Amino acid sequence: MVTFTVEDHDGNRQSIEAPGDMGLSLMEVLKASEYPVLATCGGMALCATCHIEVLEGKQELGYATDVELDQLEALPEYYPTSRLACQIRISDELEGAVVKLRGEDN
Amino acid sequence: MRCHLIDALPQVGGQLSEIYPQKPIYDIPGYPEVKAQELVDNLMEQIKPFKPTFSLGERVDHLSKQDDGSYILTTSDKTKVHTKVIIIAGGLGCFEPRKPVLENLEQFEGKGVAYMVKNPEQFRDKKIILAGGGDSALDWAIYLSDIAERVTLVHRNETFRGAPDSASKVFNLANEGKIDLILSANLKKLSGNGHLDSVFLEDKSKSQFKIDTDYLIPLFGLSPKLGPIADWGLTIDRNAIEVDTTDYSTGVERIYAIGDINTYPGKLKLILCGFHEAAIMMHSAFKYVYPDQKLSFKYTTVNGVNSF
Repeated sequence: MVTFTVEDHDGNRQSIEAPGDMGLSLMEVLKASEYPVLATCGGMALCATCHIEVLEGKQELGYATDVELDQLEALPEYYPTSRLACQIRISDELEGAVVKLRGEDN
Repeated sequence: MRCHLIDALPQVGGQLSEIYPQKPIYDIPGYPEVKAQELVDNLMEQIKPFKPTFSLGERVDHLSKQDDGSYILTTSDKTKVHTKVIIIAGGLGCFEPRKPVLENLEQFEGKGVAYMVKNPEQFRDKKIILAGGGDSALDWAIYLSDIAERVTLVHRNETFRGAPDSASKVFNLANEGKIDLILSANLKKLSGNGHLDSVFLEDKSKSQFKIDTDYLIPLFGLSPKLGPIADWGLTIDRNAIEVDTTDYSTGVERIYAIGDINTYPGKLKLILCGFHEAAIMMHSAFKYVYPDQKLSFKYTTVNGVNSF
């Protein structure tokens, strides 16, 4: 199991545990955990409605890929450690990370 | 039953043709793999015998219930459609422009702030600020540089991710002094008395500066919104319409909701489930369209396609 922390729009933090061996994305886990993530495109990095900011753990998680940046750059605001949750796999790299929901759609 | 389709997008197919036309889909029965647009094209071919009609590029804004229970729908282009049954198959809603978070933004909408360029002539000999770094910001900066008195393009980064051709054109126009390019800056504040007259920007060092302008056009892409559907008296749960799974009817008689826009216990947002919901819903809707007829269930294999 991988444990990480999610901060919602109001600043409330919650620890989330998810299996690291099921090929799940962070977006899918956020949705399953009842966070208001639209994920319009279903995880194809085509809509940016699963925008999150990595507050802690950015070394391990790395930075946004080219396909993510194509979407993120179109947003009214994004941050140096912005990512699309659909492009982050639940894996050991996520252990101990803190992510914050971002974007008007979330 | 005759069917008329109204869609805010300029083409049929919703998310499939708008968001991922070239992506393969692997879970449509009978197709081991099919591209999204190919599926839409095939559906259009299959529906041909039933001669559906279309109003595209129009959003249904208003429903008006008639004495006999039927409805008159009015679209954003003021098209009126009289119908006995309404089926909302609106996916995630309509795609609307993303708005930057700015104090007083709404106050200047239509009074200097526009989210799309509908009629470029509106900007002739005007001062315009475009904000954004995508293709549409680049394309409009290039196009409007010939029309407007002055075009200023504001982008928060040093580089553009839009088409390299367009980006180099924009840099050339800036070098020639035909547009003002302000990089590594963000929109901060709007100002004006009734109509927008200036925009405050903030640069990397957090210092603010003011630019006088007639228009601000923020171009930050589109995002789905429920839109007017939220005002139709339906029960909404997290941007989806609650339905009865017996026939996918909403709480309002003669209004059904199918596909991604509806919700019920166990809902799966799959194209497959949308097809299922549509079939069940149609059998239920028959009673409103032909109240004096009895619906008998038939197979196309036995009876062929009963077309118009």
